[in-house]
Amino acid sequence: MWKVLLARLRQKHRTIGYPRRAPVLPERFRGLPAIDDGKIADARAAIEACPANALAQDPGGRLRLDMGRCIFCGECERACPGGGIAFGREYRLCARTREDLVITAEGRRRADALGAEARRLFGRSLKLRQVSAGGCNACEADTNVLTTVVFDLGRFGVQFVASPRHADGLLVTGPVTRNMESALRATYEAVPAPKIVIAAGACAISGGLFADHDEVRRGAGDILPVDVFIPGCPPHPMTILDGVLRALGRIE
Amino acid sequence: MSGSPLLMFEHGGVAALDRVPELGVGEFRAHVLDAVNGGARIATFFGRPAPGGAVRLLAVLAEEYSGILQAASTTVYDSYSALTPECPQAHWFEREIAEQWGVVPRGHPWLKPIRFHRAYRDGKDAWRRAEAPVAGVADFFRMEGEEIHEVAVGPVHAGIIEPGHFRFQCHGENVFHLEISLGYQHRGIERRLRGGPSARTLPYMETLAGDTSIGHALACCEALEALAGAHVPARAHVLRGVALEIERLANHTGDLGALAGDVGFLPTASYCGRIRGDFLNMTAVICGNRFGRGLVRPGGAAFDLADEHVQDLERRLQAAERDAAGAIELLWHSSSVMGRFEDTGAVTAETAQALGLVGPAARACGIERDVRHDFPLGIFRYAQIPVSTFGSGDVFARAFVRALEIQRSIAFLKSQLGMLSAGPVLAPVGPCAPNALAVALVEGWRGEICHACITDEAGRIAHYKVVDPSFHNWMGLAMAMRGQQISDFPLCNKSFNLSYCGHDL
Ligand code: SF4
Repeated sequence: MWKVLLARLRQKHRTIGYPRRAPVLPERFRGLPAIDDGKIADARAAIEACPANALAQDPGGRLRLDMGRCIFCGECERACPGGGIAFGREYRLCARTREDLVITAEGRRRADALGAEARRLFGRSLKLRQVSAGGCNACEADTNVLTTVVFDLGRFGVQFVASPRHADGLLVTGPVTRNMESALRATYEAVPAPKIVIAAGACAISGGLFADHDEVRRGAGDILPVDVFIPGCPPHPMTILDGVLRALGRIE
Repeated sequence: MSGSPLLMFEHGGVAALDRVPELGVGEFRAHVLDAVNGGARIATFFGRPAPGGAVRLLAVLAEEYSGILQAASTTVYDSYSALTPECPQAHWFEREIAEQWGVVPRGHPWLKPIRFHRAYRDGKDAWRRAEAPVAGVADFFRMEGEEIHEVAVGPVHAGIIEPGHFRFQCHGENVFHLEISLGYQHRGIERRLRGGPSARTLPYMETLAGDTSIGHALACCEALEALAGAHVPARAHVLRGVALEIERLANHTGDLGALAGDVGFLPTASYCGRIRGDFLNMTAVICGNRFGRGLVRPGGAAFDLADEHVQDLERRLQAAERDAAGAIELLWHSSSVMGRFEDTGAVTAETAQALGLVGPAARACGIERDVRHDFPLGIFRYAQIPVSTFGSGDVFARAFVRALEIQRSIAFLKSQLGMLSAGPVLAPVGPCAPNALAVALVEGWRGEICHACITDEAGRIAHYKVVDPSFHNWMGLAMAMRGQQISDFPLCNKSFNLSYCGHDL
């Protein structure tokens, strides 16, 4: 008993100051990318370096980076030494539509909160059921970490629950394998309406690296209506937390 | 072993394909069985297409006491006489061969699909199915009798974890048998590696099992570097070893926390949950990503450490060491924890040997098996980490071995970070040798990772085979549940903590 109490004292208070204080991110963190077409000497080199087919040129020759496919590997940045593509430290990456994940030299559109009715229903209490449908256990792990004392998800009124019947929505990870398709549908149907769907990670948004495999669908949006997209491979826990809270209208 | 026709080669080397002996099926069986009886273990065993619609089987055996690998192959058509009845550790490999190539291992005691996909050979199917297979739809082992009942769980489970299906044959609370049915995570990665290496090869490796990004990326790089005859700089070897051990620390710490959580001991559960994140953040110090994505690349490492990064890592390591020691210590002093850990889910050393278990699951049965010790490559050739074992084979042993490994990995990191040599971290890697075989073993945090890479006449990847440690160990979990209370399943499951996607690929 004394040992337990002593250990409690030694382990200290560890919950981060967010949202009052900005989160601490690793120095080498790769967040929101910025494109400067004028500084790109060889767009083809960047496109070819990309393992995820996330880069393309529009008919006008301007580069488009799809954060819904991007695994934030930084290969394109290396292939464009002039600084034409640069990954910044902005971790707030979520979007409300698939199109808003596409970055051009003009930047991107920030996500709005869900509609007033959804905010009224879920804004102060949101129960989510997590479904991994081909996820590699990285998105799952960095979702799970939100329930630790560091992030203390419960203080925002958000909770992961065991049964879809107790849930207000799903947080889906993975490209949605064919072998998980029917289980994912059944889980979605078991959630009472009205309900929301959050797609976390490149796989769940677009199929990610696996988008052209016959064994998978192209992400959750291929079979379910997705309300919030959270990019990354995996998204940093702060990116996931921001995505959930932003959708609920809990942060500006 | 004198007189064996098997090709012997060293780990880290390459074998010209035409040197791998092509034996008749009978001879192949006899020599593989001989080698296994002599103490070797099947590291990988797989089929690949051969001319004339045939399938060529290749087995690679790992002999721990000599550190030598052995290989042999044989050609089969629609069936061959299974090895499994005489060699249980072949059982899952032979199910995989049947599923992938539509070859029936005759006499296999329980021939079922493991991933539920169509065969890769046109018009062949080991079960003569006309329709596409549906995950989980197959015959399950069943017991008959009054008061016998079946409990089915999954694929979707209660927590934030990957999907899999479990069927228990129970009498009251007592479990007679657990059958594990996977495949829900199957993404078809192996097939897409053919024709490479390409820009996607390493990202695929890093997502085979996301919690083992470093382990699988390292195995792939070691295979490709062997094929290309590349020379990896010394500093890169250290960085890779550091990353591999941090990955082990993060996962072992998380597992101990989860085990504490499963027996309702919240102090350790919450501390370890947090300390695990501290270790992941150390990986992010090195490369910006908590799972080490983009760090390990053919030829070395894609990121270098400045002095202030090294100091930052040392500071973090010191804090994590103190916190982890305190949190873990509590477990051994809590009778409520020990009461649940001890004698739960025991696996005997004989069972572990017969099934070819790897990693902490094997070491918890007293088996000294650790790639870092038996088949060292890179930094592990110069810096030995003692093998951690414990004899009781139960949940406690699997927890205790992890705790020992945490201490030893931290000691390794301290000494390596303290004497990091100067120099480059990335060397150029040329094209792969044509018509060659490379096998790379890495001691991931779950155990032995085995990658086998075969090149074609142009030096491109013709065939790539991944064996995640979970592939060997899922059956260990099934055996651990025999005679247990079904309510102890979450605890037993967590004590193995196996990968679904690493198995399903
Ligand atoms: S960072 Fe994203 S866009 Fe750039 S190469 Fe990697 S996956 Fe492609």
